[in-house]
Amino acid sequence: MTEIIVVTSGKGGVGKTTTSASLSVGLAKRGKKVAVIDFDVGLRNLDLIMGCERRVVYDFVNVIQGECTLKQALIKDKRIETLYVLAASQTRDKDALNKEGVERVLNELTEDGFDYVLCDSPAGIEKGAALAMYFADRAIVVVNPEVSSVRDSDRILGLLSSKTRRAELGNGPVEQHLLLTRYNPDRVAGGDMMGVNDVKEILGIEVIGVIPESPGVLTASNAGVPVILDEESAAGQAYADAVARLSGETRPMRFIDAQKKGFLARIFGS
Amino acid sequence: MGLFDFLRSRQKNTASVAKERLRIIVAQERAQSGRPDYLPLLRRELLEVIRKYVNIDPDAIEIHVQRDGDQEVLELSVALPDKQDGETPTATASES
Repeated sequence: MTEIIVVTSGKGGVGKTTTSASLSVGLAKRGKKVAVIDFDVGLRNLDLIMGCERRVVYDFVNVIQGECTLKQALIKDKRIETLYVLAASQTRDKDALNKEGVERVLNELTEDGFDYVLCDSPAGIEKGAALAMYFADRAIVVVNPEVSSVRDSDRILGLLSSKTRRAELGNGPVEQHLLLTRYNPDRVAGGDMMGVNDVKEILGIEVIGVIPESPGVLTASNAGVPVILDEESAAGQAYADAVARLSGETRPMRFIDAQKKGFLARIFGS
Repeated sequence: MGLFDFLRSRQKNTASVAKERLRIIVAQERAQSGRPDYLPLLRRELLEVIRKYVNIDPDAIEIHVQRDGDQEVLELSVALPDKQDGETPTATASES
C-alpha cells in the first residue's frame, strides 16, 4: 500500500523543500521505499537540497508528456538505497502538469511497490499546489509561528478538505498534520513569538513536529545534504522525531523550551 | 533577556497580539469559505429581476445560507421601499 503525502504551506519560504527532503530521507533510512517529487515546475530546488542537481537528465514534465519513462527520470539517491528523486522541470511552466499525467505517475509508483510518495508542493494555491495535494492521503502543512504563514496555512487546510480526490470521492478526509519550522524557543519564552500550543489552537490540528531555527539548516542546504543526516544539529534531530511520529511512534517534543542561561548571560543579555 | 533589554521599557507581549488577531481573522475566513461562491452573482441577478417591478436599493437584498444539522437553508430577504403612507413591507422567502 502506497501512502501519498503532500508537503504544503501556502506561503513561500517556510521550509517545504527542506522538510520534503528530510522526511523522505528519514523514511527511506527506516527501510521504506520512498519517492519524492518536486511539483514546483519552473522553480525547481528539491534537486539542490537533495544534492543531486547534476544528475537530473529527465524530469517530472518529461514523464508526464511521455518523453521518457518514469524509470529514466527517477534519480536514485547515492546515500540511501531505497530513495528516489523526481525533479521538476526548470524550463516549462506549471501548465505543463495535468491531473491525468500526475495520476499516471502516482499509479506507476504504486505498482512499483513504493511505500511512500512525497509531493513537494510549490507555494501558492494555483495549479502546481492544487495538483500536489489532489491525490494525497496525508498532508504535512509546514508553518512558521508568524501571522502570514498561519493564515495561509488555514487557507490550505480548507482546500485540503474540499479540493482533493479524497474529499471529492468521499473516501474520508486527508489526514492533516502541522509541522512548525524556524521555531525559536527563546523568543517564544520572551513573548515575541507564538508558541506550539498557540498555533495548534488557532489552526485546530495536531502537530507532528517542531523544527527549531538552527544554523544546521543552512549549512545542510549549502552542502546538498538533507539536514536530517546531520545528527549533531537540533533541526536534524527534530526531523528524525517527526519521521518517527509519522511512522506511528510516540516521541516527546524536544527543542521547544528556552535554553537556561547562566547568571552573567541573564544579567547582560546574550 | 538581559538587564539592559529589560530596562529598555518592555513592549507588550507581541505573540499574544498576533494570536488574538489570527483567531479573529481565521474564524472570519472559515465562516466565509463555507458559503457557496455563486451567492454574489445570485444576489446581483435577483436585484435586476426585482428592479423590473420595484425600484429597490442595491443594499436591499440580503442572502444568508444557514446550516441546520445536515440541512441547508438559503434565506433571501428583500426590503421593499417605503410606500407613500410610510409603511415598510418586507418580503421574505425561505427555501431548503
